[in-house]
Amino acid sequence: MIENKGRPNRLGLKGWVVGGRWGFERYMYVLHRLTGLGLLAYFLLHIFVTSSRAFGEAAWTQAMSSVKGPVFTIGEYLVFAAFAFHALNGIRLGLVELGFGIGGPIEPVYPYRTSVDEQRPLAIGVMILAAILAIVGGFGFLNK
Amino acid sequence: MRDQRLWTWHVGAGVIILVLLGLHMTIMHLAGLIPLASAVPKGGAPIDWANVAERAKSAFFLITYVLLLGAALFHGFYGLRNILFELNPGAGIRKAVNGLLVVAGILLFAVGTWAAWAGFTVARGA
Repeated sequence: MIENKGRPNRLGLKGWVVGGRWGFERYMYVLHRLTGLGLLAYFLLHIFVTSSRAFGEAAWTQAMSSVKGPVFTIGEYLVFAAFAFHALNGIRLGLVELGFGIGGPIEPVYPYRTSVDEQRPLAIGVMILAAILAIVGGFGFLNK
Repeated sequence: MRDQRLWTWHVGAGVIILVLLGLHMTIMHLAGLIPLASAVPKGGAPIDWANVAERAKSAFFLITYVLLLGAALFHGFYGLRNILFELNPGAGIRKAVNGLLVVAGILLFAVGTWAAWAGFTVARGA
């Protein structure tokens, strides 16, 4: 985290969720964090549940039977969908950070254009790809 | 400088996770679409014990599980730290959060690595 150098976050908790004039990409950022927190919570439980394999077949079978049922299947699907979005949006963030997909520098001539407009197609493309991956991956959960 | 270095590690860990978690998700949830030989070597579901044991006895999966564990713990906890520090907590709370996340990260890494190693030896002995 880069230090704020004397410009404190005056929004507090609101700063976590309000996109302001940054619009769509800022809300993708909020969703990126939300999915990240969800994935982290699942991952911490996943470490303990899957550690049961260290105790052999009986322990593994018992652990797997304790996380069966529609609630867990839906939860697991949400984790998969969160992964689909977080991974693809992560690639987008990496590309943007490296300067791809945001357009080159232009003269500040009226009507002014911003790089936010330039990166919109990439953001929409990521949302579409994430939705496709979430739908395709969802078929595997229907048989559970 | 320290935060820039940690941020670079965060991005680097993200790349590792993208590859290894992508493989994990493909094996676990996309086997119907992308049938990898390692997904269900014994047939049935990827989480059936026979398939779990088959993967657990592989040195490739042992190494990649531990690598994924470390990368995901760092990426996740550093991300959580950034979200919390956005509220500008005082120096004492920052220090406590840093300490808590480092200790939790090390403990979880130890548990996960032990499980991967123990699973490896159990599966090889079976």
